[in-house]
Amino acid sequence: MAISTLPEPPVKTMPSVAEIRADFPILDIEVHGHPLVYLDNTASSQKPIQVIEAMNRYYREQHANVHRGIHYLSETATSAYEDARRRIARFIHAGSTKEVIFTRNTTESLNLVAYSWGRANLGPGDEVLITEMEHHSNIVPWQIICEITGATLRYVPITDRGELDYEALDALLTERTKVFAFTAMSNVLGTINPVEELVAKAHAVGAIAVVDAAQSAPHMTTDVQALDADFLAFSSHKMLGPTGIGVLYGKRDLLEAMPPFMGGGDMIREVKMSGSRWNDLPYKFEAGTPAIAEAIGLAAAVDYLSNLGMDWVLQHERELTEYAWERLHEIEGLRILGPGPERRGGLLAFVLGDIHPHDVAAILDMEGVAVRAGHHCAQPIHDHFCIPATSRASFYIYNTREEVDKLVNALYKAKAVFAF
Amino acid sequence: MDDLYRANILDHYRHPRNKGHLENPDIHYHDVNPFCGDEITMELKLDGDRVVDVAFDGKGCAISQASASMLTEEILGKTLDEIRHMGKEDILEMLGIPIGPVRLKCALLPLKVLKAGAWGLEDWPE
Repeated sequence: MAISTLPEPPVKTMPSVAEIRADFPILDIEVHGHPLVYLDNTASSQKPIQVIEAMNRYYREQHANVHRGIHYLSETATSAYEDARRRIARFIHAGSTKEVIFTRNTTESLNLVAYSWGRANLGPGDEVLITEMEHHSNIVPWQIICEITGATLRYVPITDRGELDYEALDALLTERTKVFAFTAMSNVLGTINPVEELVAKAHAVGAIAVVDAAQSAPHMTTDVQALDADFLAFSSHKMLGPTGIGVLYGKRDLLEAMPPFMGGGDMIREVKMSGSRWNDLPYKFEAGTPAIAEAIGLAAAVDYLSNLGMDWVLQHERELTEYAWERLHEIEGLRILGPGPERRGGLLAFVLGDIHPHDVAAILDMEGVAVRAGHHCAQPIHDHFCIPATSRASFYIYNTREEVDKLVNALYKAKAVFAF
Repeated sequence: MDDLYRANILDHYRHPRNKGHLENPDIHYHDVNPFCGDEITMELKLDGDRVVDVAFDGKGCAISQASASMLTEEILGKTLDEIRHMGKEDILEMLGIPIGPVRLKCALLPLKVLKAGAWGLEDWPE
């Protein structure tokens, strides 16, 4: 079914951040005697009641297996599941629901491309190009597939400002490059990469472009047709939806030509003892009973984001990030990785003197402030800056300036405990 | 925070005991915590089966480094067999602070390294 024939989502007036917060029950909890200040949104966002209730309603009123039974509930569940796919396809401006494949998460989406497209299309002499700022989920599958196929893996280096080295990129992209896989937004540096430009560079040498949109899809408009991405992957749980479901967008002609990723039920047209024929898109890539309630939850999440408008989401986070950038720089000994607030998404990874990030995060936690500490599944970035780990504060639609102030106060406490 | 970062923990972190390296240690073992990159090396000098000198080296958070420092004091004079029988409870008692499931890995890394050395491993078995 063509996406353009769907009715537009209902328009509502812009709520205040206080009204948005009222939709998130978990934001009312207390942590160690303090109101929760949740600044770990890059790892996973919280969920609004609209998402929780959509999944609840499904299990109370609509559940059966999809695409199988000829009975009322199976038809209800199938309709709800496929309706979810349509709403998600519209959210990313996909041309067809056949191009929207449900997976478990970004990691599985990227593995699907690497294994299914990579094994069929890569061989000795071919090159896969990724970048030094990738999450491990956009590094390790390519390492494995290069090992299997004999292709060579190359990395675009990053500059000390935490941006791609474009001179090196232009030298590394050659007619040998078959895949250019890169993140739309770094989960450590916050860097927003110019996806459209990078896709065009890949296409200019005849490579396919694979976009890791795990950090961009929750926070800014995703238009797969405008970007001209060949594949684009993202996770539900970072964008108000449940865990256990993610999406792989792929161009139809590429998906049609690819072998399946996993075998099983739902992905076949016909199974004989001598062999099998594959089902049509998108089912060819959805072996086994899918995460039905989670798809419905993700659709409720993208409806929630669409009602706010992704431009508003990006603007809200940018204002918070600019404010946090200024406030954090007041703290002596604090260093933020990556580019300035005008070129980054709503996250700030930093080191505080020689205090270990685990200790920073533990002291912040005692003040009710949740941040991530560690290498954030991006060791090559940390190696580049010669540090083992960072602390990271990341924002979403429900965060406020007052919460940034609480983060800053808690950081002063950490400094006091470790007085240096 | 007063719970986790008690004065004795911070004292061991700021002024680690037995930090450095031994000359010709009888046992030397090194490992990292893959989740956070914390590193610990443990070295022992033995008289028969008994620890007569000990040193650790490493980098990481206050909990892992304080745990290593306290552990070196704890095991001086113990036999390898006694070390092999040490467990999680011994470390929790030694640290004397409440530790959640995530930080437990930090607290236990030094013991893991020490026990691997006491069992005579060259590398952690795959």
